[in-house]
Amino acid sequence: MTDQITRKVFLRRAAASGTILTVPGLLAACGGGGSSPGASGGTTVAKQLAKTLHFSNWTLYIDKKGNRHPSLDQFQKKYGVHVDYREDINDNASFFSKIQPNLSRGQSTGRDIIVMTDNSRYPALLVKQGWVEKLDKSAIPNIKNLIPQQRHPSWDPNRDYSLPWQSGFTGIGWNEKLTDPVTTMGDLLGNKKLKGKVGLLTEFSDTLALVMAYNGDDPAHITDKTFNKAIATIKQAVNSGQIRQFYGNDYAPALANGDLLATMAWSGDIVQLQADNSHLKWQQPDTGGDIWTDNMLIPKGGNVYTASVYMNFVYEPKIAAEIEDYVNYVCPVLGAKEVLLKQDPAIAKNTLIFPTKAELDSAHTIDPNALNNEKYQTEWQNLISA
Amino acid sequence: MGLGFFHRHRGATPYLLLAPGMLWLGVFFLVPVGFLVYQSLQSGSIDFGYAFNWAWGNYWDAIKGYRGEFERSFEYAGLATLIAFVVSYPVAYWIAFRGGRWKNLLLLFIVAPFFVTYLIRTLAWETILSDHGLVLRILTDIHIVSPGGRVLATGTAVVAGITYNYLPFMALPLYVSLEQIDQTLVEAAEDLYASKWRAFLRVTFPLSLPGVVAGTLLTFIPAAGDFINAQLLGSPTSHMIGNVINSKFNELIDYPAAAAMSFILMAIILAMVLGYARAVGTEKLTG
Repeated sequence: MTDQITRKVFLRRAAASGTILTVPGLLAACGGGGSSPGASGGTTVAKQLAKTLHFSNWTLYIDKKGNRHPSLDQFQKKYGVHVDYREDINDNASFFSKIQPNLSRGQSTGRDIIVMTDNSRYPALLVKQGWVEKLDKSAIPNIKNLIPQQRHPSWDPNRDYSLPWQSGFTGIGWNEKLTDPVTTMGDLLGNKKLKGKVGLLTEFSDTLALVMAYNGDDPAHITDKTFNKAIATIKQAVNSGQIRQFYGNDYAPALANGDLLATMAWSGDIVQLQADNSHLKWQQPDTGGDIWTDNMLIPKGGNVYTASVYMNFVYEPKIAAEIEDYVNYVCPVLGAKEVLLKQDPAIAKNTLIFPTKAELDSAHTIDPNALNNEKYQTEWQNLISA
Repeated sequence: MGLGFFHRHRGATPYLLLAPGMLWLGVFFLVPVGFLVYQSLQSGSIDFGYAFNWAWGNYWDAIKGYRGEFERSFEYAGLATLIAFVVSYPVAYWIAFRGGRWKNLLLLFIVAPFFVTYLIRTLAWETILSDHGLVLRILTDIHIVSPGGRVLATGTAVVAGITYNYLPFMALPLYVSLEQIDQTLVEAAEDLYASKWRAFLRVTFPLSLPGVVAGTLLTFIPAAGDFINAQLLGSPTSHMIGNVINSKFNELIDYPAAAAMSFILMAIILAMVLGYARAVGTEKLTG
């Protein structure tokens, strides 16, 4: 018994000392809260190349030959800058939560270029918070090669902070061996033959844009009314058992092995999957798909001049074509198609990679205000994760 | 100085011996929990920063908005613990009393899946339970699943995944407590005319209770907070509170809400453990 009493007393003492330990811990830890949007204009840029360029990108998103990335090797040869290329971005949210603590404390993230998607809230948020550097446009004359549709995104109207890396379409993918073509959202969300074998995407903007277009609403201007209508449409499909699951990149194996008959899907994924399974088809739904763009950004503390020189380099049509030939998403660089027509005409003529004007026009973009609307985001997360 | 120090300060010795553990507990448990509570009472947004203002509403919102997920978490964790217990006990019993010289090898078999990483094990279940997999075909053939039905992307798959992933945490403590039982006690019971079954109920099982308690706690507690199984094997209607916390933390960057939910989860588990310990009797815990 005495043993127990002493243990209790001891625990109480330990708890007390624990609180003492806690206080400085709290003070140190809560520094991450407040942040002042730093003024980013007017910084003079040193026109000197760094030894190394730290570039964080998504996986399988640059040309590759064996273990080398030929375009990066050429960059090193031309400018003498080694590129520390890291494939450490898996999705926007978790990458943001990885760099956010440093940025909010005004520390460097150790990266010169990062790539984030404009259908997530983060590129706009990074600009708004002053957590990205202005591009040194004097070092990027090739910016003239940016396709016109990409020149004035609402969150960075003059492309002061960002340049597109690749774009992609969101549409419907299906397995033609197992189902008739699924080309409308009505079919996807309601056709009983597909019950329990339909996937939607966890990305707010992808799913919302396609469903709103199907409802006859404009995804580029979201109101409470149209938002609630879209949520109701999706909820109904979930509750009826039509929807199997909300997917990130992981819909690909499920579609390939037949667990999914049809799913919302990204064009570039399907191009890559088709190499192994020619029965997979993809199309924008009749009411229109969605286009999103991954953007190169220079996080605060990155080397602006070196990063800008690199961006200029990848906006040379020849280099862009080399990367495109491997990556197979939608290329934002004018002239790359012409280069590829000579080198790899099959890629150049693939409209998933170099879409026609009609295809570009039928693709919706999402209202950037909705991406930063906390109420919408919470409701969306509740729908997909609860 | 050497041992002389301990002789002169004999009273301090237990504290000195406990110090590393307490330091560990303080730095890696109490401080984070303190921060968790502090954060759970903040409000604001990632854009403008979070500020501490006793936002008790976070707790209320969490309970009001996600009661279903809390309940589902405990339901799934409870089911998984029960199944793991029913499966593990005979196995552990057999290994402890009949394993003979194969004991160590048999134990290795139980632990073997742990050599493969958690994520891969769960992904494997995705393949095993797939709509075109063997398991579903057999279950359909013996009319457990109706034709056109599925196992993957249901609550059943989630419970199965959790059970599988945490089974060794149940089996090993059970084995340890069974292994320590003095066989002569069972023999004595039988000498006193207890049937084999009665001897098990009155002697073996009570003596294995520390293992039962440890095993159920080690299984139930992590299972209640699990989200990988629900994410990979479940559907939108079988998500657990872990999924909500994950989405609050990683997707919405709503740290206060995530912290409040984590704290509630922790508090409920603690309450359940205390109730459980009281029901079983604390002295049984320590053997």
